[in-house]
Amino acid sequence: MAKQSVLIPVVVFAGIVVLLWFGFQLSDPHLLPSEKIDEPIPEFELPNLLYPRESVRSGDLVGEVALLNVWATWCPSCIAEHGELTRIFETTGLRIIGINYNDDPDAARAWLKRWGDPYALHVVDQAGTLAIDLGVYGAPETFVIDAAGVIRYRHVGVVTQKVYEETLGPMIQDLQDAS
Amino acid sequence: MKKHWVWPLLMMSLVWGSAFGAIEAQDFPSEAVKTRYYDLIAMLRCPQCLNTNLAGSDAMIAQNLRSTVLRLLVEGKSDDEVKQFMYERYGDFILYEPRWTPKTWLLWLGPLVLAVMGLGIWWSMGFSRRDTRQGLTDLDRKKVQQLLER
Repeated sequence: MAKQSVLIPVVVFAGIVVLLWFGFQLSDPHLLPSEKIDEPIPEFELPNLLYPRESVRSGDLVGEVALLNVWATWCPSCIAEHGELTRIFETTGLRIIGINYNDDPDAARAWLKRWGDPYALHVVDQAGTLAIDLGVYGAPETFVIDAAGVIRYRHVGVVTQKVYEETLGPMIQDLQDAS
Repeated sequence: MKKHWVWPLLMMSLVWGSAFGAIEAQDFPSEAVKTRYYDLIAMLRCPQCLNTNLAGSDAMIAQNLRSTVLRLLVEGKSDDEVKQFMYERYGDFILYEPRWTPKTWLLWLGPLVLAVMGLGIWWSMGFSRRDTRQGLTDLDRKKVQQLLER
């Protein structure tokens, strides 16, 4: 009996160690997992930022492996990642689609003039409806979509060269090889 | 001298101002929709905040989601349909009461398991304590006797 009572605190301690071991390994609680992985791009029809009289439909995003980048002029980190998006476009020619989120289109066009435009296509999502359908909860967020228009990955936050080289780049390469 | 307490009051008024700043003017088609709207935005969590509901957050996404909730209600969606809409986009995080899925069973059962474990420990401690009180063995008595006689 005496042996058993020694065992109890040891078991409890081991339990706490296991719990905390996994607890501290959980990623940043601010990072929500995406519910939209392996689902097709949501249906939408929204104006084109550069040609406001024309509209962009979900079908226009299908056909090629691409990055779907949610950005806004009110988002300072978007300026931070703009250089990397430009570098990716210039070195790989990857199709990058911009979703201008909750923003003023005039300010957005001025922003592109000032910082450059690596985007192949621009969508204006002034009310954030497409963003909500994508499960976006802030900017910047970047999705990898395959040639069939299926969402394969989401990155929350700034796309840095490290993120591109370690995660997005290899994934895009695999998807391009597969299609 | 009076100025000393004016500043803290001013600061506090600033804080309060922002705490109540999240409620914007909405046009409700009926009182019923208004009630359901306020119930729903209290039940849904702001995806950008760790522990604030949609009602209490100033984040842009919370504003967007509040107007989405109202839009869906005006379109005639039921409360469950609104929750399902949010769940499909933002997952378990957005519901303060997570659904029963393989990913959440530990969350639901965890407290129960801990309570059972606690009861078990308490019970076994009661046993071991009773054991120590079982009195002295003959050997113990002999030892005590020897010590007393010294």
